Amino acid sequence: MDVRKCECGHTNPVGTMLCESCGKPVDFQESGQPEQAAFPDMRYEGMARRSQTYSRTIIDRIWNFFSSVKIAIALILITLIASAVGTIFPQQDYIPVPVSTEADIARFYGETYGKIGEIYYALGFHNLYSSWWFKTLLVFIGTSLVICSLDRVIPLYKALSRPRLNQHLSFLKGQKLYGNSPEEASIDPAAALPAAADFLARKGYRLFREENALLAEKARFSRWGPYINHIGLIIFLFGVLLRSIPGFYLDQFVWVREGQTVSIPETPYYVKNVAYKTEYWDESEMPEKLNLNGGAIPKTYQTDAVLYVNKNADLPGAKPELAEVAKGPILVNHPMIYEDLAIYQSGVKEMELGALNFAVLDRKAGNKQVGSLKLDLYAPQTEQQVAEGITVRVLDYFPDFVMGNDGKPATKTNQPNNPMFALEIASAEGVKEKLVYVSGTVISDSKDPRYALEVKMPDFIDISGLMVRKDKAVPVIYFGALIFMVGVVMGTYWQHRRIWVQWENGRLHLAGHTNKNWFGLRKEMELLIAKMNWPVTLVQKGKS
Amino acid sequence: MITISNWLLNAAFILYVCSSILFVVAVTGKQWSGRDPREHERRFGGLAYILAVIGFLSHAGYIVTRWIASGHSPTSNMFEFMAFLDFCIIFAYLILYRIYRLTVLGAFVIPLGILMLGYAYVFPKEATPLIPALQSYWLQIHVTTAALGEGILSVGFAAGLMYLVRTVPQQGKSRANLWLEIVLSVVLMLVGFIVLDSTFSRLDQNTVFQLPTQQMTNTGQVVNQQVTYTLPAIVAPAGATIVKQGPMNPLMEAPTWMEGKDAARKLNTMIWSILSGLVLYGGLRLLVRKRLGAALQRTVEGIEPELLDEISYRAIAIGYPVFTLGALIFAMIWAEEAWGRFWGWDPKETWAFIVWLFYSAYLHLRLSRGWVGEKSAWMSVIGFVIILITLVVVNLVIAGLHSYAGV
Repeated sequence: MDVRKCECGHTNPVGTMLCESCGKPVDFQESGQPEQAAFPDMRYEGMARRSQTYSRTIIDRIWNFFSSVKIAIALILITLIASAVGTIFPQQDYIPVPVSTEADIARFYGETYGKIGEIYYALGFHNLYSSWWFKTLLVFIGTSLVICSLDRVIPLYKALSRPRLNQHLSFLKGQKLYGNSPEEASIDPAAALPAAADFLARKGYRLFREENALLAEKARFSRWGPYINHIGLIIFLFGVLLRSIPGFYLDQFVWVREGQTVSIPETPYYVKNVAYKTEYWDESEMPEKLNLNGGAIPKTYQTDAVLYVNKNADLPGAKPELAEVAKGPILVNHPMIYEDLAIYQSGVKEMELGALNFAVLDRKAGNKQVGSLKLDLYAPQTEQQVAEGITVRVLDYFPDFVMGNDGKPATKTNQPNNPMFALEIASAEGVKEKLVYVSGTVISDSKDPRYALEVKMPDFIDISGLMVRKDKAVPVIYFGALIFMVGVVMGTYWQHRRIWVQWENGRLHLAGHTNKNWFGLRKEMELLIAKMNWPVTLVQKGKS
Repeated sequence: MITISNWLLNAAFILYVCSSILFVVAVTGKQWSGRDPREHERRFGGLAYILAVIGFLSHAGYIVTRWIASGHSPTSNMFEFMAFLDFCIIFAYLILYRIYRLTVLGAFVIPLGILMLGYAYVFPKEATPLIPALQSYWLQIHVTTAALGEGILSVGFAAGLMYLVRTVPQQGKSRANLWLEIVLSVVLMLVGFIVLDSTFSRLDQNTVFQLPTQQMTNTGQVVNQQVTYTLPAIVAPAGATIVKQGPMNPLMEAPTWMEGKDAARKLNTMIWSILSGLVLYGGLRLLVRKRLGAALQRTVEGIEPELLDEISYRAIAIGYPVFTLGALIFAMIWAEEAWGRFWGWDPKETWAFIVWLFYSAYLHLRLSRGWVGEKSAWMSVIGFVIILITLVVVNLVIAGLHSYAGV
């Protein structure tokens, strides 16, 4: 016997559970089980699904793996646990290690969190979210989203676009909400069905009618909600993938001193820090008096900046020619935006050493000050005239001085954390003396020098940390999020409701199906029964 | 203005307490002599509902006045956030009550609301001006929407808990009723913590420790950090010396790996909460002479379990999109604007993502695997625990970008 052929004469594809035409369970005759137990799940309208039908080739197997909701849930839960593990200790991006080499990072986890920290580091959990296996998990979820949706949406679309009217009684009896009238009840189907249709139409139902059958349907579109939200997620993940294409995503950070102009790496742009300021809330501005223990609450972190573009960026070796393209303040929450580039106020180093100041003294003239010397720590002038006939030359400069292993002076970083200068003072009279400045003292090479330097208050400056970002994928990501929201709201705030009223074998049969909110559907059907005055009692079965 | 707003909040608190007492009377007092159970429930339930509505309006008044006084939405520190979350829970309750008209729902949700509001009172109440990172209209949008989503999901938890109380059999021992007792005792730990903290902060029995770590004051002086315990010290910070003696001597020192100057204080608080919760639990058990689950079962007698299951699911189905919008999408947009990246795996972001994944799993299990009833109810309880971890534990224990000032 051809199992695909239903007794109503319709031929169903292999794998169909409820006859596409009359709604009779397809396997029912075969199994010989009682009707109720054999009635299949209504979830996908009893349609044939690829994943439930084929499992021969490797492609079938892969398809079946990713189309399984069980697998999808497992993937969700694994991602959930992995994400939680990543918050046990801070990720590498958030640890307070300034210039980090691998060894520093390893030491940080070991020293701060002990043995567990070492294991955490060894397992690579300090970079968990960018690890290959976490990314693989996300890719798997994406694949599962695509395949799950395709596997279900096509058969579901086919089923729902053909409303199930005048179904086999076993279909109605198989529904979770079902009731019928006794045979001897005095119901006139010719009057009862139009009356019910009228009532349901006023409730906003769409009606499908045949002589002895009525189907009222509402909010079918909510069935597409899950598929739409999955499409939204797929677009979202696609947007995330886009960022790995060169040119789509830029992430740079520059420290800019007040008055300095720096080049933004990987771009033709230069940014100038005109001035930086931190402001604090004044007590008169506060809503109530606070006990701050001498502290203060910051109000603004602001860099007044100018953005330039280098017109010669395409000419290798050419001198930069800067043209101003944007100007204005950069505040937290208010980045400077120029085309697709955004510059964020993202850090500050206040009261940093900017320049050293000295008084030049003439010892022969009773330590009289003859001039003053300023040594810029970021761009020291090689030679400057400090007084009539007296010049100071910078012979050597180490911003972050250390004595190297070879016994020669060296610099650890290019930040002026411990500046060391070797200077030469020359006068028109022919005096030539060498001096060394290190750690706040000045040492002269001559036993009885003519000139001396007196250390004065240095210049302090603010250095602003600016983050420069470009993310062309963001519109795609937002669009995906929007589609997701539309889908989720469709699927959760509306319910697909169907009510069947059918006259058959001298009884009135009433059945209802919804994908959620059975309470509401039941109330609606009970109202219908009460209004129509039918002797029908609804029974709700314990299965969803 | 701030004073008015504080009074409105206190009034709301008292009204909620009265309302929940009436709710309990409404559902448990049905068998009292000479009463018509229906009429009794209708009268007391109706009165309790009206009180809850007045409390809610007073609560709304607090939000409006505080918003005007401080110039920003009251969602900028832990006190304001918890008070706002509580407002959302009550709001979600009122909506679901309008749909289902189930009196007993109030008997569970309003006490949950009181608990959350009591928890808010534990935090410093000052209205502070906004730090630069919070100066954005997204503070209003993101935090309020996220709190609303969490509030609705919390009602899903309350209904799920009711389902469990209703259906878990109380004859004999089972894993289900053991876990139910554990859940209830954790709730009692929160109660114990709130009672202890508010009592001791009035008694002024502080213990002050000086830490070995240093910090710079605004005037540029380097001083040793100090930590003040409101509760008596069981655990002292590692390597600290006592500056001001409290009511008892610390019994031990906190492990050194605990980060931050407040870590030991938090541990101390946690120990007190667990102890007080267990004492409360023990006391209540002695009083009712049966499992607390069994004692609570009376309140939900005669209610169809399917209805409770439906309410729980409905609340989660309504709350999930709101949560996604507020806690993830708006969060991403703000993060993009403030930090130049829409996602950075900061602990708070990650935990919001975990909450979202969990409820996604809940919905998939329910819709595709037929997890309804008890399994679904347990999921709603676990979901609420994850929300609490996100809101409380992440802020207080894990240091991150979302750490609120003061606590």
